[in-house]
Amino acid sequence: MIKTLVQIVRTGILTEEAPQVADADLALSEIHESIRRTLGRALCIRHVDAGSCNGCELEIQALNNPYYNLEGIGIKFVASPRHADLLLVTGPVSVNMEEALKRTFDAISDPKLVVAVGDCGTCGGIFGKSYASRGAVADVIPVNHSVKGCPPAPVAILQAILQVIR
Amino acid sequence: MIREFQHGTKALPSNLPCRLIKVGAVEWRQIAQRVRTDGGRLLTLWGADDRDRDGRYRVYAAYLNANGVDVIEHEMDGGARPVYPSLCEFFPSSLRMERTVFDLLGIRSMEPDQRGWLRHGGWSESAFPLRRDFESNSQSAAVSEPYPFVQVEGDGVHEIPVGPVHAGTIEPGHFRFSVVGEKVLRLEERLGYTHKGVEKRFEQLPLEEGHRLAARISGDSAVAYSWAYCAALESITSADCPPRALQLRALALEHERMANHLGDLGALGNDAGFAFGLTHFSRMKEDLLRTNQACFGARYLMDFIVPGGVVSDLPAHAHRLLLDRYRTIEAGTASMRNTYDNHAGVQDRFRETGVLSPELAWNLDATGLAARASGIPHDLRADCPWPPYDKLKPKVSTQPSGDVAARAAVRFDEIVESLRICRALAGGLAGGSVRNAIAEAAPGLLGIGVIEAWRGPVLIALETGPGGSIRRCHPHDPSWQNWPLLEFAILGNLVPDFPLINKSFNLSYSGQDV
Repeated sequence: MIKTLVQIVRTGILTEEAPQVADADLALSEIHESIRRTLGRALCIRHVDAGSCNGCELEIQALNNPYYNLEGIGIKFVASPRHADLLLVTGPVSVNMEEALKRTFDAISDPKLVVAVGDCGTCGGIFGKSYASRGAVADVIPVNHSVKGCPPAPVAILQAILQVIR
Repeated sequence: MIREFQHGTKALPSNLPCRLIKVGAVEWRQIAQRVRTDGGRLLTLWGADDRDRDGRYRVYAAYLNANGVDVIEHEMDGGARPVYPSLCEFFPSSLRMERTVFDLLGIRSMEPDQRGWLRHGGWSESAFPLRRDFESNSQSAAVSEPYPFVQVEGDGVHEIPVGPVHAGTIEPGHFRFSVVGEKVLRLEERLGYTHKGVEKRFEQLPLEEGHRLAARISGDSAVAYSWAYCAALESITSADCPPRALQLRALALEHERMANHLGDLGALGNDAGFAFGLTHFSRMKEDLLRTNQACFGARYLMDFIVPGGVVSDLPAHAHRLLLDRYRTIEAGTASMRNTYDNHAGVQDRFRETGVLSPELAWNLDATGLAARASGIPHDLRADCPWPPYDKLKPKVSTQPSGDVAARAAVRFDEIVESLRICRALAGGLAGGSVRNAIAEAAPGLLGIGVIEAWRGPVLIALETGPGGSIRRCHPHDPSWQNWPLLEFAILGNLVPDFPLINKSFNLSYSGQDV
């Protein structure tokens, strides 16, 4: 126990400052304002992998490491869509995940936000549209914001999340 | 081995010693039986539609034997109901692969379990995507089809369905538990949710672009897959990869192994209720990814390995950065191993949880890391080394107990060994260029690339088409063999231990679903 405490003290606080968001996008719809009014900075995120290769998942997981410390700025991942304000979707939407994605979206109460993560979520990526893939997330459910990258760095994902709620 | 079947044998281009043997239906099974009794392993099974060429369908099985890889080819008439003998009797892991060959090609094995595996109702039952006459971009409305899970009956037995959307930031799949109280009587997996038509997509790409798709089959194994693809293509075209590029590829592969092991060890601590472990391992993983960014130009090396070499050389100050990073990971991992080993709560959750006995592991075709944690000392880097591993002499780590603790211990050992390999590579880099041009590939050639990724061997079987096109490309993930192990390792354990046991295997959904 003492060793563990010593290691905690020696390591110190590694958390870096949250990234700056580009000037507030005036086109952000009323829904954003409503979320901000309701939640302040306490945002709950539900993630759905709709057919990703797992690359984006690894970078989303990194948001919880001590450097990015997502919970430190009041944002947390939740286990149920019923508890969520924002849906983070990765992957080209596979045909086999289409129904599960729609159901998860429907299970989140209004007002809600959707962020599509990665090149695949944004435009279908290298997989595109095919017999097994519906392509971009926006072709299946409404999307408020997208972040490109393969996979996008954690800072880029964080910026996108802050962008839609500020 | 299998000497009596050597008529019709020819060498295949590959980074390992590799032969192609053409056989009839009877020999198809005899060879499987012989490989099994001689201690060989099934690497993968796939099919192809060659009706446009010679009116035939083909199935291929790749085995790993003591002397290298043997690819067995069996052709059948392109009539209405092509069938071939099942290999399940000798290699149970082939069941899901056989069901997949039917879903994608309409070639049926003589195996009674004929439920779909990758096809969930997203395309018509009578359409087979990998047939030549299937229109790849055709989209049809998904029809949700019921899946007949095996039912467990008895007093107090009930079912818990989990997924496809899981509670954490992980990939989708469905688990059906049959339980009494908290004890698991049976687990049945249903996968295929992330099936994105990768094999059909390959056929639309030119040969020199295929490595980009290969790297995205399973994002956590991007280096291994892109290397396997390039190894297959370079073998087909007899291309020379510069020695420095091979060393940089190995460096990238070991970084990938360490990053995944660090992530898993942290997640295992977290699932055992020890968040301190997650904090420190995720910190070390982030440090390593940032070193990747500084040295290789990206955190995850999706586009680092290209046909003929690697995309860029290390920057001038890389050597120093790498050695500094190796030192902090070595010290941090040693300290955390000590903490885990001496933490009663962690050990109580790790030990004797999710046990896969060595005998069961062998009978179920376990491969890679999970097999080594059940006492099976297989690692291609040591058993069948390709350059530059032939000069590095990697040490294989095994554990006899087959529990969560064993799978954690193998990861700890492998980080130490990867650090040794990385230091040897960084200290002895050859001079010269990092990329050679590759010649145009002749059509109709089959090449095999096999790389020991952090989970186990990944394989790419690549067949060239005319004008630099891909005729057929079959990727294989070791998760095909190892997913069924989880159904056995969970038996008799408590439902709340499932996340821990599942994480200790950490298998790929996307790599299996392709």
